[in-house]
Amino acid sequence: MTWTLVLVLFAGAYAFKVTGLVILGGRTLPPVIDRCLALIPAAVVTALIVKDTFSVGQDLVLDARAAGIAVATVAAWRRAPLIVVIVLGAAVTAVVRQIS
Amino acid sequence: MPSSTVDADARWWRDPSLRPMIVACTTLSMAVGVFGVSFGVGSVAAGSSIAQTCALSLLVFTGASQFSAVSVVGAGGSFGSALGGALLLAARNGVYGLAMSRRVRGRLLTRLVAAQLVIDETTAMSVGQRDPRAQRIAFWFTGVTLYVFWNLGTLLGAVAGSAIDPTTYGLDAAFPAGFVAMVWPLLSDRRARQAAVLGGVICAVAVPLTPVGVPILLSALAVLVGLQRPPRVEPIVEVYP
Repeated sequence: MTWTLVLVLFAGAYAFKVTGLVILGGRTLPPVIDRCLALIPAAVVTALIVKDTFSVGQDLVLDARAAGIAVATVAAWRRAPLIVVIVLGAAVTAVVRQIS
Repeated sequence: MPSSTVDADARWWRDPSLRPMIVACTTLSMAVGVFGVSFGVGSVAAGSSIAQTCALSLLVFTGASQFSAVSVVGAGGSFGSALGGALLLAARNGVYGLAMSRRVRGRLLTRLVAAQLVIDETTAMSVGQRDPRAQRIAFWFTGVTLYVFWNLGTLLGAVAGSAIDPTTYGLDAAFPAGFVAMVWPLLSDRRARQAAVLGGVICAVAVPLTPVGVPILLSALAVLVGLQRPPRVEPIVEVYP
């Protein structure tokens, strides 16, 4: 690791964040673009769930996490509080990992 | 927290309706702190100094990019490959920024500070809230607590050099589980359901085919379902067959 890399990473990562939030954001956009942007959270957060549950690097896998997320999904569907969903997901994953 | 935000939401921490969000965000931030410890350990083990390790967490502040950069460098990768992989992972924060721009307002300085906090967890926590005020508070609260825990964890891991393995307690599943709870309220909207399913499918298909970091970017293409015209008459009651 070099300090140059640390600083270039900082500049690059911050540039992405600022571009979305400050430079492009806050403008009045055509309704069709607005409709599309409103769907970003649903699309991207679901993709994050898929990635964090079913992948290790570039491999698709089915492991203990799938059990944890299945239980978490049922809990979310039953309108359990967020904290319960998180703890259940982690606990079930840990237990299944231990016994498998 | 910037003063303008506090003024607008005086005594927000006493608001009982925000308490579940505060408890959940704090818990998630502590889980992130454990990952901070493992980042600190891994980064020093991969040859970074303690100062560099802490600087990465303070400045870059987007975990996946940091892990990717130190592991590539540790494995002997070039400057370019370490940078390229990390920036691919960081690019999704630009997409989050777009989504958050309507929720995080204020002066330019406030937004420049907010930009540093635009990551997976703050975006997901914020969009899961019902009204704009709760969305704004969730963003700032998660951002600040997570920043603190992530950096304390990093420092602890870098100095101590040994730590618990987050996977032992299933903490790696804490993130997707939290994301499930956050995305759930969004899915009452038909178009959001379509975008969610399409985004998830795109990600699953892209994982084996594209470099790490790219699947999440590609999943943003699912927002194109918004190109359909909205129904002219909103049905008052949804009738299921």
